[in-house]
Amino acid sequence: MKYSESLTREDKVDMLYKMMLIRGFEEKVEELFSLNLIHGSTHLYIGQEATAVGACRALNKDDYITSTHRGHGHCIAKGGDVKYMMAELLGRKTGYCKGKGGSMHIADMDIGILGANGVVGGGIPIATGAGLSIKMRGTKQVVICFFGDGAANQGSFHESLNLASIWDLPVIYIIENNLYGMSMGVNRAVKVERLADRAKAYNIPGIVMDGNDVIEVYDTVSGAVEKVRNGGGPILIESLTYRWRGHSRSDARAYRTREEEAEWRSKCPIRRFSEKLMSEGLLTEEGFKELEKRVEDDLNNAVEFAKASPFPDPEDLLTDVYA
Amino acid sequence: MREITFAEAIREAMSEEMRKDPTVFVMGEDIGVYGGAFGVTRGMLAEFGPERVKDTPISEAAIVGSAAGAAVTGMRPIAELMYVDFATIGMDQLVNQAAKIRYMFGGKAKVPMVLRAPCGAGRGNAAQHSQSLEAFFVHVPGLKVVMPSTPYDAKGLLKSSIRDDNPVVFLEHKMLYNFKGPVPEEEYTIPLGVADIKREGRDVTVIATSMIVHKALNAAAELEKEGISVEVIDPRTLKPLDVDTLVRSVKKTKHVIVAHEAVKTNGFGAEVVAVLVENAFDYLDAPIIRVTAPDTPVPYSRPLEDDFIPQERDIISAIKEIL
Repeated sequence: MKYSESLTREDKVDMLYKMMLIRGFEEKVEELFSLNLIHGSTHLYIGQEATAVGACRALNKDDYITSTHRGHGHCIAKGGDVKYMMAELLGRKTGYCKGKGGSMHIADMDIGILGANGVVGGGIPIATGAGLSIKMRGTKQVVICFFGDGAANQGSFHESLNLASIWDLPVIYIIENNLYGMSMGVNRAVKVERLADRAKAYNIPGIVMDGNDVIEVYDTVSGAVEKVRNGGGPILIESLTYRWRGHSRSDARAYRTREEEAEWRSKCPIRRFSEKLMSEGLLTEEGFKELEKRVEDDLNNAVEFAKASPFPDPEDLLTDVYA
Repeated sequence: MREITFAEAIREAMSEEMRKDPTVFVMGEDIGVYGGAFGVTRGMLAEFGPERVKDTPISEAAIVGSAAGAAVTGMRPIAELMYVDFATIGMDQLVNQAAKIRYMFGGKAKVPMVLRAPCGAGRGNAAQHSQSLEAFFVHVPGLKVVMPSTPYDAKGLLKSSIRDDNPVVFLEHKMLYNFKGPVPEEEYTIPLGVADIKREGRDVTVIATSMIVHKALNAAAELEKEGISVEVIDPRTLKPLDVDTLVRSVKKTKHVIVAHEAVKTNGFGAEVVAVLVENAFDYLDAPIIRVTAPDTPVPYSRPLEDDFIPQERDIISAIKEIL
C-alpha cells in the first residue's frame, strides 16, 4: 500500500494549501523587495513547492530539517509561521531570529528547523551531526537534509554522506536538482547521469523522484523515513524539479531559454495537484478559490504584523553572540 | 601534590566530564584504539566504548560540522583535530556555522562544543603541522579560545570549556604534552577569561602564551640574577581576554613584552598591544616589544626551526632593550 493512501482529504487539501502558501509567500517577498521593504538578497522557491511539502509531511514535529539559502519553502512546509518569517525578512525584532538572520538564516528550534544556510553545502555536516545526536540520545527522530544540485559538488557532501553511512545515521539527504547552481547547468557541473547514483559510493540507497509531484514525493520520503527511523541508515534522494525564478533578484537568466522555462511551468506542482484533487472529487473550484483567499489573508496578516513590528534596538546588536 | 603530564591532565578532564554527563563524547581521527596522534585519548576507548570515543574518517569538515550539529541538538561533543593546521579544512563549519548559529538564530540555539587541537613547532614537522593559528579563531565572534600552558590550567580550563554553552577552541601545544606539573586529585575548574600571574615581578611584564610562558619564566629566573624583576602573565584564555589583569600589571611595571610562538603580523600579540595602548597608554614608560616567530612558514631543518621559535635569549634581549 502506498503511504499516500492513508492521507485524508483534509491532509491533501492542507498540503495544497501549504504549497500555495509557499508560492504566495515568495511572490509577496518579490513585491516587498521591489518596494525596498526587504533588503539584501532573496532566493525564491517558486516551482519547487511539492518537494518541501511532500517531504516535510512525512515528518513529525520533533524531527529535524536543515535547509539552504533557498529555504522559505522548507520552513513553511515544516510548520514555520509566515508571520515570524515575514518579520524576519523585514528585519524586525519579532522575526524568527530577531532580525539578525534574515532570509538565509531562518531557524525554529522548537519545530526542528535547524536553520537555512548561506553556505552551499554548509548544512550537510550539521544535519549529519543532528543524526549522530539522535542516535546517541536514543530517540526515534529523523533528519531531512535539503540541499541543491550545486551542493552535491561540495566536499561537505562527500564527507557527510560517508560519515552517515559508516555510522548508520538517521538522515535522509534530499538533493533538489533544479538543474542549475547559480548559472551553471548541472549537466556541465557533473559527469554522472543522476546525482542519486552517487549513493553507490556510500553503499546506501539512492532514489530518484519527481519533485513536482507532491504525492510521489510524500510516498518516496515516507518510505525513506520509515526505514531510517527503524535504524536502516541514511538514504539519498534526488528530487527532479525546477527553479522558476533566477538564482536571485539580479539574475537575468541568460544561461537558459524561455522555452525551457515554459516547459517546466507546464509541470507546475500546484496546478498538477489541484487538478488531481478536483478530478478525484476532493476539491471544487470554490474550494480552490477559498484556499487562494486564505493564502492571501494569511500573507496580508503576516505583512501587517511585520510592518507593525519594531526594528531591533541598537543594543540588540551586541547580544546573542555568546550563550 | 601529585604531578601528571599535560596530556594526562587533558585526558582526566575529558574522562571526568564524560563520567558525569552522558551527553559528553569525544570524536576525531585515530582517537580510539590508536589513542590519538599524541596519545591524549589513550585508554579512553576501553572505559567509554566506541560510541563515546568515536574514530572518524579523515574528514575535518564533517568532524567540525557534525560536532556543531550534535551540539545544537542536545549533545556536548569534544572534537579533536589531529593538528590545528587541519582546522583550515573544517573552517567553514567552524567560522560560518558553529560560531554564528546562535547570533544568526537570534539567540535561540546554543552550540556547546569543544574543538581540541595540537599546535606549535619543535618536532620537525615543518610548515603544515607546526603552526600556531590562534589568531584565526580569536578573530571570530562567537568562538572562545583557550590556550593553556600547564597541566593544572589545561585540566581546569578544559572542564570549564566542556561545560560552556559556546563553541570553544582549545589549543594544546604539542611540546607540552609530556610536560609534568602539579594537579590535585580532587575536582576543580578554572573559569574561562581569567589570566594567571605565573610569576610576580616589579620591573617588566611579559605577557606570554602556551609554550612561551615557560621560556618567559626561564628568562625571568635568569634576569633575577642580574637584579631585574620580571612579572610573567599567561592570559590562558585568549578570548574572552582578561584585560584587567594585564592592565593592572602594566600599571605596576610600566614595561611590557608580548611573547608568542605564532608569527608576528596580526598575531595575537598585536591584539594585546592594542588593548594595552587603549587601556594603559599613560602608564607605559617604553614602547612595547613583541617577541614572536618571524613572518615565515615553519621551517623543517632543526637549526632553522630553533631560529623560528622565540627563545629565552630573545625575551631577555627584548627586556634589556626596553629597561
